[in-house]
Amino acid sequence: MPTVSDILDSLDYGPAPEGTVEVRGWLAARGRFGHFIGGAFTAPVGLFDTLNPATGEVLAQVTQGTPADVAAAVAAARVAQPGWAALPGHERAEWLYALARQVQKRERFLAVLEVLDTGKPIREARDIDLPLVVRHFYHHAGWAEVLADQFPGAAPLGVCGQIIPWNFPLLMLAWKLAPALAAGNTVVLKPAEWTPLTALAFAEICAEIRLPAGVVNIVTGDGATGAALVAAEVDKIAFTGSSEVGREIRRATAGTAKRLTLELGGKSPFIVFADADLEAAIEGVVDGIWFNQGQVCCAGSRLLVAEAVADAFTERLRARMARLRVGDPLDKGTDIGAIIHPDHLARIGALVAEGQAAGAELVQAPAQLPARGCYCAPGFFTGAAPANPVSQREIFGPIATLTTFRTPDEAVQLANASCYGLAASIWSENLALALDIAARVKAGVVWVNSVNVFDAGAPFGGMRDSGFGREGGRAGMLEYLAWPAPAAVAEPEPAALVAAPDPTHPGAAGGIDRTAKLYIGGAQKRPDSGQSYAVRAGDRLLGLAPWGSRKDIRNAVEAAQKASGWAAMAGHARAQVLYFIAENLSARAAEFAARLAEAGQPDAQAEVQATIRRAFYYAALADKHDGRIPATRARHLTLVQPEPHGVIGIACPNAAPLLGLASLILPAIAMGNRVVAIPAQDMPFAATDLAQVFDCSDLPGGVVNLVTGPRDDLVAVMACHDDVNALWVCGTKAGAARAQADSAGNLKPVWVMTNRDWQGASGQGQAFLDHAVRLKTIWLPFGA
Amino acid sequence: MPDPAHARNAGVPFAPDWFARITVNTPAAERRADTLVARRSLKGPWQAAWLVNALRCMDLTTLAGDDTPDRVARLCAKARAPLAPHILAGLGLTGVTTGAVCVYPTMVAPAVRALDRSGIPVASVATGFPAGLMPLPLRLAEIRYAVDQGAAEIDIVISRALALRGEWAGLYDELCAMREACGPAHMKAILATGELQTLTNVYRASMVAMQAGADFIKTSTGKEPVNATLPVSLVMLRALRDYGARTGARIGFKPAGGLRTARDALNWQVLMHEEMGPDWLRPDLFRIGASSLLSDIERQLEHHVTGRYASAARQALA
Repeated sequence: MPTVSDILDSLDYGPAPEGTVEVRGWLAARGRFGHFIGGAFTAPVGLFDTLNPATGEVLAQVTQGTPADVAAAVAAARVAQPGWAALPGHERAEWLYALARQVQKRERFLAVLEVLDTGKPIREARDIDLPLVVRHFYHHAGWAEVLADQFPGAAPLGVCGQIIPWNFPLLMLAWKLAPALAAGNTVVLKPAEWTPLTALAFAEICAEIRLPAGVVNIVTGDGATGAALVAAEVDKIAFTGSSEVGREIRRATAGTAKRLTLELGGKSPFIVFADADLEAAIEGVVDGIWFNQGQVCCAGSRLLVAEAVADAFTERLRARMARLRVGDPLDKGTDIGAIIHPDHLARIGALVAEGQAAGAELVQAPAQLPARGCYCAPGFFTGAAPANPVSQREIFGPIATLTTFRTPDEAVQLANASCYGLAASIWSENLALALDIAARVKAGVVWVNSVNVFDAGAPFGGMRDSGFGREGGRAGMLEYLAWPAPAAVAEPEPAALVAAPDPTHPGAAGGIDRTAKLYIGGAQKRPDSGQSYAVRAGDRLLGLAPWGSRKDIRNAVEAAQKASGWAAMAGHARAQVLYFIAENLSARAAEFAARLAEAGQPDAQAEVQATIRRAFYYAALADKHDGRIPATRARHLTLVQPEPHGVIGIACPNAAPLLGLASLILPAIAMGNRVVAIPAQDMPFAATDLAQVFDCSDLPGGVVNLVTGPRDDLVAVMACHDDVNALWVCGTKAGAARAQADSAGNLKPVWVMTNRDWQGASGQGQAFLDHAVRLKTIWLPFGA
Repeated sequence: MPDPAHARNAGVPFAPDWFARITVNTPAAERRADTLVARRSLKGPWQAAWLVNALRCMDLTTLAGDDTPDRVARLCAKARAPLAPHILAGLGLTGVTTGAVCVYPTMVAPAVRALDRSGIPVASVATGFPAGLMPLPLRLAEIRYAVDQGAAEIDIVISRALALRGEWAGLYDELCAMREACGPAHMKAILATGELQTLTNVYRASMVAMQAGADFIKTSTGKEPVNATLPVSLVMLRALRDYGARTGARIGFKPAGGLRTARDALNWQVLMHEEMGPDWLRPDLFRIGASSLLSDIERQLEHHVTGRYASAARQALA
């Protein structure tokens, strides 16, 4: 031990380790853990080790969950669920409040345990993770209390399977459990293979407060256990983890009634404009990519810096990086702790080597890494070309890339040049500029002059390959609630398409021949296939419809993507167009009714009148689907803004050829989306006629595109199209299942709905608007 | 005395482009200041050593209307021996003194007498402290008076009006005149940050003061409603670092007012270490303007040495 006099000369910090006696005592006493099922721990069998990545020591052994274990847990949750859901909101609030309080009273124990299991610095566990965990339970105790008032008519989903990652084990547990329980669901949660311990300690807390048995069940294990949970009889899967596993889960749940939310990877841009407070931005990097060793899904891993300040920024960043202390996670003076696992460290190393091989230069801190344990010095790449693997793939370690840009447009272009869309951080002292960039960047969460700010009241989640669904606040609650589904009305199975002439079923004689065409980019187009299919009413030929195929979908999606100006228009301006559509349709109402009647549609006149009303309805709402400003942190303005998805692919019901189509297209475009729709397969003329109405209603070309043809095949093409941003499928079960499975490619959200009474209340409403938008949460800290 | 190892700041011609485009983001600075002190921890002998270092860097101050030569002499006695002998022995140290004593100009002579042969410099406030609202010739005369009386360091106050009105060239000229009046004495420029209020003003005023040749920049008079805060100090250090990067000059920093507890002393030193490095933990580049802080540090050190919590009544008064 140096003397005071020695230290006065050196003025260094010295060690400041957090004590571990209590936690080590607990680990020694437990040693081996079973699952927590139905309020009790199972016998530990089929054990595997969980390690301290800072030292490699074995902390404990936990049980590898089998499908039978998962089934037992789901059964326990199923038994407990009705009773839990039947509790008055106030009583569930009492339980959540108790969880918040108990966790708070054991903050230090849980923080130390988390550090041992993950290698994260004690400062982060203590000052960031645990306070957020506690806040999450408190916030959701509140939602439980007021559930009936705030979500009238809603019901819980049932049993939720939840799979969480290793980077924030207890925090992700809180994010998953709290809203599920508040809403009246019961839960089977699988913690990550590498970090099960805080979940097991939490299970003991549940037992300690005598939370009703079966409400929370914890099953430990690896990916196979997770797969068993995905396959189990649950009503929802909520997953946080890698995009690869997210895709597998999307495919595995396709065609089931399981609700799904995915919070996946990211490669989030961190944009520094020339007028930014550079020092603030530098600290943003520290709190961004160097938070939790960079093992953060929303880490600002792509530094995009204005060329005008790039040299100054880089020099400062290098100097700042050199001051980071890498080492013992239990030391209170550690900035960067251990990487989660040797396997992951090897993965980081391999990707970094690939980046260097591809020509990028690695600038790494001259940090002295501990002799043993799993450590990676922080760093960043310069000169990483956009095609370099380190520019594209998630490193999930403390290494960023630094790229320069010249103009705001180029910054946005670079920011959006990614398959991901989780978060973005924007640094500028010019509010007009920052808010413009915030609007244009593809991300579910945007931090202006800040980074990695979280709150239980603010929705968090991504778009694109970063997944879908939100956690936190009102939006997060909605992911665990359902309203009674509208009564399904069986639709006529679409007839097989026939391209060949058939003289045995002739059409009407005389008059000028009418040619229905595809409607793409505001123009009438012949189908690429050069084929048409017969549209019949009974035995009678009504006419020939274009047989759309994959190339037509391709063209339609391209046209729709180009029509992005529609999203930038004010809601009022879009409303004007919808009103005009109603006006023009009204002028031709008789003609449309006659055409529907000719096709054998019942209530043809009523269908046309309902369609006109629907246009008015969504014109009315075009400027009224407001965002929110939730109460989050002091001196932070948090905007939750609904944004259109972009291009929505829509498969229309085969029934109600006019009203069904309109009921889906209108809410989508009212919110600023562009649409590629597949009209009713058996009676597409209502749609092709409607295109003429669009044409004379000031609807910009490309906003609505209509491709007639084989619905399930065309939906599959859209599901596989990476520029289709969302999919609404009203169609066959098999077609919907296929679309859901294929959507795994770009992880577009898929809304599967049943045919219904389109003239009734279930044909319109809030649900359509909610599915037409995704939320962007924009954080604006303020202070003079 | 200031370490002769580094040259004094010669100042530079007025260069508004060094600061005119800088804006400081307040919430970000506050967040950095909040988390910075939570990122480091000092335990056991390290904590004791850093607390002793705070004493070495302290400008032990009395700036009260009722100051008398005897009162100043008492303060100087404490400056010579800020720690009781048993504490000093327990720490294994000898010869610990405060960095300086800071008084009003008319108290400089008694202070110089009381500190004779101690090596402890006397600092004097001047220029119409604390408001600075006196005609410039009188302010300059006051500097010369204090220097004549034997002050080795002059803590001047800037004209807040010039800063608030954005008259940076005017401020620069005034400060150059003051620097000249200081002659061999080191000039510490008090920005009165509580009255400048915005962090952007603080940055700009810091830069102007350094361009005009300030040897130290100092947060506060101790008489403003808000005195030294960590975010203000952070911004001043960033200005100081930027000035150093452009000129190579090493400028000192002095937070004053508002540092009352041993915890404050550690927090500000962590700030210095993190933002500037250990060189800025030496008295030639870092001073803490304080009076009651000493007593709390002495109590903490007593606890470190004896394991008992001390009573202020058992300590020698300042």
